[in-house]
Amino acid sequence: MKDQKSHLLKALEKGIRYDGRGLTNFRPIILEKDVSKSAEGSCSVKIGNTEVIVGVKMGVETPYPDTPDSGNLMVNTELRPLSNPEFEPGPPGEKAIELARVIDRGIREAKAIDVKKLCVTKGEKVWSVIIDICSINDEGNLLDASGLGALIALKQTVFPKYEEGILYYEEKTKTHLPIIREPLPVTVYKIGKYFLVDPLSEEEKLADSRLTVAITKDNVLCALQKGGKEPLSIDDIDKMVKIAMKKATELRKII
Amino acid sequence: MIEKNTAKEKLYVQDRSIVVPGELLAEGMGFIPSKGIYRDGELIRAERLGMISVDKNVIKLIPLSGRYIPKVNDRVIGKVIDVLLSGWKLDINSAYNAVLTLKDASSEFIAKGENLTKYYDLEDFVVTKITKVTSQKLVDITMIGPGLMTLRGGRIITVNPFKVPRIIGKEGSMVTLIKQKTGCNIVVGQNGWVWINGEPECEVKAVQAIRMVEKQAHLQGLTEIIKVFLEAK
Repeated sequence: MKDQKSHLLKALEKGIRYDGRGLTNFRPIILEKDVSKSAEGSCSVKIGNTEVIVGVKMGVETPYPDTPDSGNLMVNTELRPLSNPEFEPGPPGEKAIELARVIDRGIREAKAIDVKKLCVTKGEKVWSVIIDICSINDEGNLLDASGLGALIALKQTVFPKYEEGILYYEEKTKTHLPIIREPLPVTVYKIGKYFLVDPLSEEEKLADSRLTVAITKDNVLCALQKGGKEPLSIDDIDKMVKIAMKKATELRKII
Repeated sequence: MIEKNTAKEKLYVQDRSIVVPGELLAEGMGFIPSKGIYRDGELIRAERLGMISVDKNVIKLIPLSGRYIPKVNDRVIGKVIDVLLSGWKLDINSAYNAVLTLKDASSEFIAKGENLTKYYDLEDFVVTKITKVTSQKLVDITMIGPGLMTLRGGRIITVNPFKVPRIIGKEGSMVTLIKQKTGCNIVVGQNGWVWINGEPECEVKAVQAIRMVEKQAHLQGLTEIIKVFLEAK
């Protein structure tokens, strides 16, 4: 392990990644919208060989007692065993739960969805938005792929027909989900003294720490998540946030 | 009687064609099915997805993908995943783990109760040779022999184990070419793990070349294509 890390650091010192990219370059990104017929909004994201599918499902449920006039948001992640030999079938593991929570926090804290508009009858019925993230192949950076997918899928989402307490999923209306802000998470990794984005699986394993930064369209920072064993200094965080902001602006051009 | 048999014999596929499991390849008892092919009465069918090669009356199937199945005398790259009471357990990129016993670990004398991590520690990568595979797929390996060693530094990439013969090339021609043109040290394990060590930019080039071989393994004259690729940059 030590050997492998010093080998990677040797390459990073020259500014070369294992696949020949620069430190803060993304792999080619391919987006495909509306991949699922049964979801109200869906998207498939490919970053290099990493691939995820994100679907948004709408339902009508009773609101939570503390927010009787706001809609609900829920994010689920399924890391399929076929996408990485390390993923096991069964209930979601630590990685899946963290991924879902990071994406959830980004959307929630940015106040991306106008939840007040999701109210049907105050205290009785509200729309709930369920985001499902499913990994198809993991070659590193599932976080950013999922975040990008979730944002695009939300933007695609339309309400299904709802009349007199009955949902007609097969009939979709033309009303889009009220999205007011567009949060995009970018994860910056730290290995040794180097910062990099969009890691490969090997780099992900050898990383000291990572910071996921969710940023809205007008460059407002709305959520942070730190991971990895090593601590980060304030100076590190400053640098990482700056890199993330720059990358987020670049990513937005693709959407 | 003989005439009758030959009249019935018929080959339904061409050499180098791709077949799917269950596909009818030939008819008649004159053909000999090899690995990956089975006899279904008078018919000969494919067992898995792969490319057919016909050599007179022997039909062979070269699988397109799949996991590595341990075979005696294969030189593989292993990763130490456990230190046992009297040996080490290694991951050999297969469904079955391999066991390295003290006897096969080193030509040195290893005293009783010695700290085994001194020889091979967890996460170490080693080049080793398979000495025995039982019917229950218990795999024994050895570290005694030419070229068998611990790998220091470098990185490991995973390739399709069925494309390894192409990566090595005829008498090692392909891997030697890549080594020469990039100046990297390369060890190709039969199990689909490839160890590369060299200057970062050369490594990138070597990996690209290996990926190219893997992708275009079905093409003829691949060495020339790779040579052009390596010389172009």
